Parts: sequence; structure tokens; C-alpha cells
Amino acid sequence: MNDYSICIGGKAGEGINKAGLLIGRLLGLLGYHVYMYYDYPSLIRGGHNFAILRCADHEIGAMCGKPDIVCALDQETVNRHGDGALLIYDADVAKGEGIGIPATTIIREEGGAPIARNTILIGAFCRAAGIPQEILRGAITNEFGKRAEENLRLALRGYHAGEERMQIPIQKNESLPLLTGNDAIALGLIRGGLDAYVSYPMTPSSSILHTMADLAQGTPLLVLHPENEIAVITMALGLSYAGKRVAVGTSGGGFCLMNEGVSLAGMAEQPVVIVMAMRPGPSTGMPTYSSQGDLNFVLHAGHGEFPRIVIAPGTTEEAYEWSARAMHLAWQFQVPVFVLSDKNLGEHPKSTEIDPAFPVPVASVRSPRGTYARYCNTPDGISPFYPPPLTGNVVKVNSYTHDDSGITTEDPGQAAAHAVKLIRKGATIENEMVNYGCIRVDGAEEAPVALICFGSTGEACREIGDRLSLRVIRPIVLEPFPLAQFADALAGVEQMIVVEENATGQLDSLLRGYGIVADRRIANVSGRPFHLDELELKVKGVMQ
Amino acid sequence: MKGAEYISDAQNTWCPGCGNFVIQHTIKDVLAECGLLPEKVVMVSGIGCHAKIADYMQTNSFYSIHGRGIPVATGIHLGNPELTVICSAGDGDAYAEGLDHLIFAAKRNVDITVIIHDNRVYGLTTGQYTPTSPLGFAGKSTPEGTYEDPFNPLDLMLASGATFIARSYSRDKKGMAGVLKRAIQHKGFSFVEVLQVCASFYDAHACYDEHVYTPEGHDPSNRDSAERLIREWNYAGEGAIPLGVLYERDAPTFGERVLAGKEGEIDRTRIIERAIGKR
Repeated sequence: MNDYSICIGGKAGEGINKAGLLIGRLLGLLGYHVYMYYDYPSLIRGGHNFAILRCADHEIGAMCGKPDIVCALDQETVNRHGDGALLIYDADVAKGEGIGIPATTIIREEGGAPIARNTILIGAFCRAAGIPQEILRGAITNEFGKRAEENLRLALRGYHAGEERMQIPIQKNESLPLLTGNDAIALGLIRGGLDAYVSYPMTPSSSILHTMADLAQGTPLLVLHPENEIAVITMALGLSYAGKRVAVGTSGGGFCLMNEGVSLAGMAEQPVVIVMAMRPGPSTGMPTYSSQGDLNFVLHAGHGEFPRIVIAPGTTEEAYEWSARAMHLAWQFQVPVFVLSDKNLGEHPKSTEIDPAFPVPVASVRSPRGTYARYCNTPDGISPFYPPPLTGNVVKVNSYTHDDSGITTEDPGQAAAHAVKLIRKGATIENEMVNYGCIRVDGAEEAPVALICFGSTGEACREIGDRLSLRVIRPIVLEPFPLAQFADALAGVEQMIVVEENATGQLDSLLRGYGIVADRRIANVSGRPFHLDELELKVKGVMQ
Repeated sequence: MKGAEYISDAQNTWCPGCGNFVIQHTIKDVLAECGLLPEKVVMVSGIGCHAKIADYMQTNSFYSIHGRGIPVATGIHLGNPELTVICSAGDGDAYAEGLDHLIFAAKRNVDITVIIHDNRVYGLTTGQYTPTSPLGFAGKSTPEGTYEDPFNPLDLMLASGATFIARSYSRDKKGMAGVLKRAIQHKGFSFVEVLQVCASFYDAHACYDEHVYTPEGHDPSNRDSAERLIREWNYAGEGAIPLGVLYERDAPTFGERVLAGKEGEIDRTRIIERAIGKR
């Protein structure tokens, strides 16, 4: 089995992310599945940034363990990652055992920008790993566009200064695009019918805003960045009322501000999709790292009782398809729908195959008859919504408890009817979700030991499931909880191990609420994703 | 359409003598006079006594939450610029809880009309001070009087870039009608502060009756004289209180800028294919 990991590291501002993507492109052109982990502190200059590119001849979505090859732009990278790896380093600034390349000198000789040192090391990496020059040329052309020639010149200087030490063999697969979860979420929302995206920048959700704003240029798609997250969600609800399909994106702290708007969406039954990208908290926490600590927050966000849908995709493909479905579900049921993501899913590129024409269900529309009442009480709890203007009628939506026509009421009978209608809508949603595959099962599907997880930890668990012949059960929809599908997936399981990236076991306690009691729990609150080797040890440690 | 048809069947619960009645009926008259059908008008409100106007008007309405009427109104306007969006807000609503949104709506020149029902007291929560209550205002949260001066919201709006700034008084219906008509017709962000009598918690009508006046021959496009009039009364003392359209200028609106070139259908498959092609 071909499975390699390459690390490139340096200081913030030295183009580590871009360099990682270039290595990713090279490996993709070699026919590999590629996954990139990018680690960066919350600062603009200095610090230590590194990317780890893993490539394999099978589908991957997690980091393995120690890198096989390390490209070091500074001494820190040599010290932190160099041990036991084939080291390629800028010999002008660092000392090490391996292939020293005078990258700083080459830059001076060629009159290149200092940031292009990484291109020189990547040239040397290609030589060291036996990657043909044509592939290097192809990757640089794709990555740099107009600036390809100068970068190719630098890369070839590195190539010729290096030496071949190993051979990463060429595979037969075609090269797939490298998409982050945030790319996939943006594209999925667009596929699902998005008209407007509203967001205030907050890591790790910001790149959805950036991608969306870029893609919206020259198209009717609207992208807005208002004064704060309170304005984000209330403006979104205004757009929704006016007939636009709208989504917002944020992370924990911003989502705190949105809560009154979430509750308003629930009461007014004004559809909206909320992308909530988790990072470690409480409060500012670690902005550029990952966590699964806000599951409970999202499940219960907003005061009062109202139905919602919470979706936690675990792969870029799921992020695309479920974001598209999220748009449909929000407008079908007029509820807030959450796409729960995190830094590990959102910011790490992965070889991804998506269908640009992925089919999204068409919402059923009932024609208005007679005098329109926005909240008319129906058996399934869903009142047809028509944006104004509606000829001869008015559309009244309300944050207060209201009657069928949307006028405030404090009448006990009407208040009860209103509350029951929302609960009935929740039941309708639960019934409808039976039509979707809300649970994913991987690994050895009949095995008696099951790893249970959600979201981005799924890919690491899937590979451990394959390594140790375990069943891996992952709910993609967490609310309404797909109890019947989960119970089916659980048939024959004798030991349940819940794996999640939070301290208190939030998935574990969610399951307990449904009477499903796990035997053991594996937690990770480092802000970093599980490495496969580390997770394997932990799983073995808790297995009976 | 007759004015009465703009009033809904909802039971009205404003106190007798409340300034909100005059505001509501003036809006109704202006809508009828301008021939704006209820289905083409959206009343947006926050929370407070003023906000009940969303229930009481037989127009489209979005009865939102405290302080957030303005971003909701902004979203509605961007979602469908054909709708006439009127946002009623209270002084607690727009000057305290949601001040940021007021400033940004002025800064952006969003084409909506914001009417501030400024009674200088929290009415629905039964009598606490607001940002425009005078220094020393003794309310339920400040029994010994407030320790802060009021601010002048019109001055704030001028500094924020508002393109239409007016003041009315709830006991001057005729003047208010003229102001509201111009506010609705103004292209861009229209800010109309209405000095409103709160019959239960802050009835300042004797003071207002004595001090309000309409300046003669004022040219609202003259920023210097507008600024002088706006600063004539600072919400504290007993100075003269100018009414009417105090400032107006023409400027591109947020909607015009944001929505330029945004007509037509979104070719979703093409956007996605293009994005994948780059990666």
C-alpha cells in the first residue's frame, strides 16, 4: 500500500499554505488521493506554520503519524519535524542531516521574492522523491498561472541542486480537485439554491465568505458582510422574508451573538441556513485550531422550543451534498438548518469528487387560496410561505406568539395551538428525514466493536475501522436524531466506543438521552485532529 | 384605497393619549395619499410600544426583535427593492439596543424610512431612562436620577452620513404628514425622529408645545445651516426645538450599488464547475 506524508514548515508569512497546496497538486498529478493538514497559529508574521500532505492510493481524510519527508524553511521545522524523516532544508538558514539546498542564495542569484524559497525546496523535493520534471511543470502551471515561468525556473534550480533518494511511484488514478470543507460547503449552498450569503469574518468560517464573494463576482449571487453577527442573521431573515434563499456562516463567538436571531427564525418560521464552524473555546479559545465542543450549543441554541435540523458532514463530499440539502430542508420546513463544521473539516484540502449538477429535491409548493394567513394551522404543521407582494394580501411575520394571520396573541388557546403546531412540524421533519441516509457506516460493517463519532473525526475513525476491523457508525444528521437508522446500524454491536474532540462527551450524552449508552469514550481537546497512529493506540487501549 | 383600509382588526392597546396613534394614522394617510398598496409596503418594527404598529397596520409586516428592526428592513429592501420598507423603532430600540445598526444603515444609505418613536422613556417595560432622557431622569432603574447626559441622535445621523434627517412632533400631525411623505419619497436612508408623548411615563407635551417651531426658509441641502438647526436643541435644556426636514442630499443608495448587475438567473452548475476547475 502506497501511503506517504510530506511536511513543509516555516514562519507565518512564508507561504506555507500555498506551498502545501503546490505539493498537493504534485501528488494529485501523480495519481494519489491527497489530504492536507495545515497548522498555523493566530498571527500574521512569525510563529511556526506547517502543512502535512498525506497521499495514498486509497481514499484518505486524516493524518497518519510522522512524516516521511520534511521540507524545512527554518531551523524550527528541522527541530520539530525532522527527526527520522528525509530532510530537505534551506542550508543558508538551517542546519540538519539530509539534503541541504542553498535556497536563500538561489533566490538572491535569481532576483526572486524571498517567499519563493518554498518553490525551490519543492523542486528539490521532486528530485528527492523521483517525481518527473513534467509533473513539476504541470503543477506549477496550474498553481501559479501567469507567474508560472519564474516559479518554474526557481523550482528547477532546486531540482538540480537536489538528489534522488526514493521513488514515490506514479498511480493510474486521474487527478481530483483539492477542495476544503469550506469550499465544499460554499459550493453545496450554491447548488442547493442559495441567493445570498451573509457573514462576518471569523475563523474557521471566514474562507466560506471569501470563496463565496469570489464566486459571486459577475453573477446574481449576493454576498454581504454587515457590521456584526447580530446584523448578519437579522439581515438574512429580512432577505428570507423578501423571498431570497439565504445562508449565514460563523464560529462559536459569533454564533453567541446570533442566538436571538436563531430564536426569531424559529418563532417567525423564517428559513435560514446557518453554517457553524467550531474551534476550541470557551471564548476566544484557539482561533486557528479545531474542536467539536459546540455540539450541545448548536443543538440547544436560541431560547424557547422550536424545531431545527442539525447536520454534521464528515467529509468534503458530504459537506457539498448536505449543504445543498440543508438549503432545501430549510425552505421545505421553514426552520433554521445548521451545517455543523469545524476547522479540521473546513480548512483542510482533500481530493474531492463532486457532481456540479448534484440533484436537490424540489420543494412542494401549495398555491394560496382565499385570504392568506402566514401561519395557517395545517395538519403537518407547515404553513405555506409566500414572500410579499402577494396580490390583495398581506404577509405578516412575528416574533411574538401569534395567531394564524401573524397578529400577536396572548390568548391561552391560541398560544397552545401555536406551540403544538411547531412541535407537529418537528414530527413532520422527523418523518421526512427517514428518506435520507442520516447515518454512515464504515469499516467492518458486521464487527461487534463499534466506533461512534460525528463530523470531522469520522475520517480518522474510518481508517482505524479498516485497520482494526471495527465498525464505524457516524450520524450525519444529529437533530432530529435518526434513532431508527442508528439502531439498525448498531445491530450486533457488543462494545461501543465514542470518539469525539471535546472534553465532556457531547455526542456520548446525546446518545444517552436516547437510551444508547456507550462503553468507553475517547476524547481529544488539543485543538489538533487525531493522528491515525495515536488514535489506533487509544482505541486498542480501551477495547476489551 | 381608503386610509381606514390600512388599519388592521387587531385590538389596539396603546394608552389613551399615546403619541403612537398620531404616528400610525399619519403613516396610513401618507400611504393612501401616495397610492401605495398594503401589499407593496412592509412595516418593520422592533420591540416596544412603538412596535405594536406592525400588528395594527393592515400592510405586510415583520415584527422583529428589540433593536434589530433596521437590519431586518435592510435585508427586505435588498431582497426586493420594489417594496416600500418603513421601519418603526423606539428610542430604546434604535438608540440603545440596536444603535450600531442605525449608524450603519445611515452610513450605507439603505433606501428605507426609519421612524423613531422617541418618547424618551421605556414605556413597555414601565418607565426606565433611554439615551435621549434628560440628565437626572428619575425612572424605575434610576430612582435618584440618571448620571449621564442624553445624546443628540440627529447630530449622530448627520455624522454617520444620513441623506435625510427630519424631526416631527406627535401633536403636529399635519407637519408630520409632510415630513413622512418626503421621507418615503426620498431615495436613500430617511431618518425621521418623532418627539412622541408618552401619556403614562413621560408626558413632555407642555415643554414641546412651548419650544417646537418650524424654521422659515431653511434650505435642507445646506449642511451648515442643517447642522446649526440640528444642534439648536441638545435634548437637555429648554431650547427651541426645530421641526421639519432639516437635512437632505442626493447620494447613491446601498441597494443601487450592491444590486448593480445582479439581475437574472444564477447558473449554479457553471459557478461550481468554474470553482472546481481552479482547484
